[in-house]
Amino acid sequence: MINTIPIHYYIFLSAILFIIGAVGVMARRNAIIIFMCIELMLNAVNLLLAAFATLHNDSSGQIFVFFIMAVAAAEVAVGLAILSMIYRNIKSIDVDLLSRLKE
Amino acid sequence: MGYSITQWLFGILSFLAIMFALMVVFTRNPINSVLYLVMTFFCIAGHYLLLNAQFLAVVHIVVYAGAIMVLFLFVIMLMNLNQDTEPQKTLMTKLIAGLIGGVFLAVLVGTLKGAEQLSFSQTGASQIGMVKNLGIVLFKDFLFPFEIASVLLLGALVGAIMLGKKEIK
Repeated sequence: MINTIPIHYYIFLSAILFIIGAVGVMARRNAIIIFMCIELMLNAVNLLLAAFATLHNDSSGQIFVFFIMAVAAAEVAVGLAILSMIYRNIKSIDVDLLSRLKE
Repeated sequence: MGYSITQWLFGILSFLAIMFALMVVFTRNPINSVLYLVMTFFCIAGHYLLLNAQFLAVVHIVVYAGAIMVLFLFVIMLMNLNQDTEPQKTLMTKLIAGLIGGVFLAVLVGTLKGAEQLSFSQTGASQIGMVKNLGIVLFKDFLFPFEIASVLLLGALVGAIMLGKKEIK
């Protein structure tokens, strides 16, 4: 009986973390916070992948998490470079100001 | 019915992770958001340890708390962002965002309610998360994706430097 946590606890935890990240993306205007919420969503998925890897006793899931971390690092490096360039041009990182494509 | 120490740890870590994640979204000051996100990542690393994925736990702390969040902190401090410069959405938008999140959660919970109940047979005894086993799988079955990931990181490095330069000549 020891050491047993049902898999749906992990599914609910990941779902809640993912939804908090999604709400953050929708409710905030600061582009850096939006980026951080995307990281939170990625982490929720990572946790679920690791949980299912343990459930099925298959290491492929954990290797996948490893690759997602590599991609997230690349994404953050390029994304923050783009944000700092935007900040240099318009002196703000408010995403609602970046609406020139509409006009 | 008594709970085992693993279940207690799972509950505490889950509660802390959700609380810190909520604080990331609801604090006004961007610096505080970054620090709360670091705490969330530590809680998720604790979950990896509970799953006996020790390599992932260490890599998670090194990559996220050690590298990515420091990068975020640097950028926030370089831009000198604080509570006063923080732009706010209207209350209506925030309410709609919360509503969409709630509906999303309701749909997920409703879908999973009738699902088959699976339980870990051998959590804590599983050996797949050890460095040795993961290394064998990574360098045998996933060698090509591993090399592609290195090219991706090199591309991101070059791209970040090109974007960050003042003027491209």
